[in-house]
Amino acid sequence: MKYLDEYRDGAKARAYARQIGRATTRPWAIMEVCGGQTHAIVKFGIDELLPQFITLIHGPGCPVCVTPLEYIDKAIEIAARPGTIFCSFGDMLRVPGSATDLLAVKAGGGDVRMVYSPLDAVKLATQNPSWEVVFFAVGFETTAPATAMAAYQAAERGVKNFSMLVTHVLAPPAMEALLASPECRVQGFLAAGHVCAVMGCAEYEPMAAKYRVPIVVTGFEPLDILQGVLMCVRQLEEGRAEVENQYARAVRRGGNQHAQELIRRVFEVVPRKWRGLGEIPASGLRLRSHYEAWDAEKKFGLAGHDTAENPECRSGLVLQGRIKPAECPAFGTRCSPEHPLGAPMVSSEGACAAYYRYRSRAPGGVADGGNMRKG
Amino acid sequence: MSFAAACPIPIRQYPRVLLAHGGGGKLMHELLEKIFFPAFGEAPAEVRHDAAVLAFPAGRLAFTTDSYVVRPIVFPGGDIGSMAVHGTVNDLAMSGARPLWLSAAFILEEGLPMETLWGVVCSMGGAAERCGVRIVTGDTKVVDKGKGDGLFINTAGIGVIEHSLCIAPGSVRTGDAVLVSGDLGRHGMAIMSVREGLEFQGRIESDSAPVSSLVQKLLAAGVEIHCLRDLTRGGLASALNEIAEGAKRRIRIDEKAVPVREDVHAACELLGLDPLQVACEGRFVAFVAAKDADLALSLMRREESSAEWIGAVEEGDLPLVVLKSAIGASRILDMASGEQLPRIC
Repeated sequence: MKYLDEYRDGAKARAYARQIGRATTRPWAIMEVCGGQTHAIVKFGIDELLPQFITLIHGPGCPVCVTPLEYIDKAIEIAARPGTIFCSFGDMLRVPGSATDLLAVKAGGGDVRMVYSPLDAVKLATQNPSWEVVFFAVGFETTAPATAMAAYQAAERGVKNFSMLVTHVLAPPAMEALLASPECRVQGFLAAGHVCAVMGCAEYEPMAAKYRVPIVVTGFEPLDILQGVLMCVRQLEEGRAEVENQYARAVRRGGNQHAQELIRRVFEVVPRKWRGLGEIPASGLRLRSHYEAWDAEKKFGLAGHDTAENPECRSGLVLQGRIKPAECPAFGTRCSPEHPLGAPMVSSEGACAAYYRYRSRAPGGVADGGNMRKG
Repeated sequence: MSFAAACPIPIRQYPRVLLAHGGGGKLMHELLEKIFFPAFGEAPAEVRHDAAVLAFPAGRLAFTTDSYVVRPIVFPGGDIGSMAVHGTVNDLAMSGARPLWLSAAFILEEGLPMETLWGVVCSMGGAAERCGVRIVTGDTKVVDKGKGDGLFINTAGIGVIEHSLCIAPGSVRTGDAVLVSGDLGRHGMAIMSVREGLEFQGRIESDSAPVSSLVQKLLAAGVEIHCLRDLTRGGLASALNEIAEGAKRRIRIDEKAVPVREDVHAACELLGLDPLQVACEGRFVAFVAAKDADLALSLMRREESSAEWIGAVEEGDLPLVVLKSAIGASRILDMASGEQLPRIC
């Protein structure tokens, strides 16, 4: 397929891997920030091609994984209300709250629907004027413009039976929180290309300078990631700490100004708790007071939720890159995509789910046993 | 979307199905006489009874059943009626059986347009004729408005096994070739493309089709078939994992060899779906002795040029499906954990 196959070329991938091997003289730990990158790395086996010196640490950029438990409980509380149509992206439906999940609410008679766009939820609200339609707005800067547009349209058209439970988060503050931690192992970042397509890459420049860390804005296809690693390794080896843009076909330094303007107009920046990471200052988005009529938390007067994570789940350490998923004692035994203890085992972008799906649970690995076809 | 009016609807005075159409009285008999019998072919008077009485040819018997709840009822490339025939015929074919007879049971929702029912029933009749099977018994129930979703169909099928092979996961051997009978994922994406709010540009048509005649040709040509599985819910990924489990063998496939049409691939990329986990309704995977793989592939390609040799069965008693990725690394190919797309069949 055009614009896809050329970034999945096996020969070119191996050529990049050889270049990375030649450029590397000592061990480096590089974090790919976005869950989409983690998924591609594990799905295509990109890390298998890398020299042993390079460790990829999987970052916190999986929106489903970092959405705090209390918001999932709030979503469940809203979805269970009679007369409510609750709309969400598909992955959120299976994330366990403290007692149940959204799919169980659906099975119990709640009207819970999967949508691909928040604008579809606004449409549902106009089509069902006697129902309250609530959209669960999760995600990074990537999905925030669409949510902002939904709030904007709902306000413009006076759609009063629509509201949003907003838990949007911002990538750079989380990266900075990781760097500021005394346990930080990250020496370089592959920043999330889609976030930067919206926000640009200028905001990373002070971080790169302050923490002396290379930040390479990187795409999501195998060759993107390999090239991002190569650019990052070269900076590390040469002692540089700059912001570079591997994903130039999608990302401009200034980003998408219209989308940024819409985000600023609809949202304000607030402190936000991240699942597994704790509260991070200035890391979340909340609807501005002008849009509070569309804020589901205010509309439904949700009580504060007292929540505790399952003590067996070590996803906090996974999300900080401090352990690999398979190092969790529950991995693959008491925790699986069918019976998840934590969110990273649910989302297709979650590191635990990616390892469970694509990595050998068998002794001897999955290496090629030879030609599968004759000739 | 609606049916093209192939022939005029025989019941005019009732434009919609009533509860009384399932009540056992005159209206139900009218439904049978005017809708079902004309479309399925008149049963001889002596067998028009509670049970069809049929003479069975010599050989082993294959027996299967499946229910069909697809939404929407009509989709690009098919409808619930033809699918209810193809699906059950294909299940029989996966044992190498020659399909003979089907039953057809309908659960209709009160208020269903009679024209829709007529369209579905005509489509079933046509599909049965093309598959060389007869619908010999059936049932109709009507449920209250709001208690169904238009119509649900169950079909059961009986076929005769005229070969001496044991076509089952347990017969899979190390070294077997793994073939697919055509490109993957079209049915799932065809349904997805007409779901509310997801209408794609372009047109992906379902691959819904019978595969029994192809299986009969493979058997007639003497291909040593070890296992067959139709690629319905869960797609190729589920089928291979189930067979690996049943065979206690390791299966290795090459992602680049797996045939997926470009528009299907693009739609999957857009929606974050894996084409290897998307359903087909007219495709199967065949495990055959390596010596017969070329012959089997050439027979498959006569019917569907996109058929491919995608992998092989390896040594190793731990059941596992391993996929060589597009960039040449290896990973596990697992089943999807939940429903990717509800109500697709």
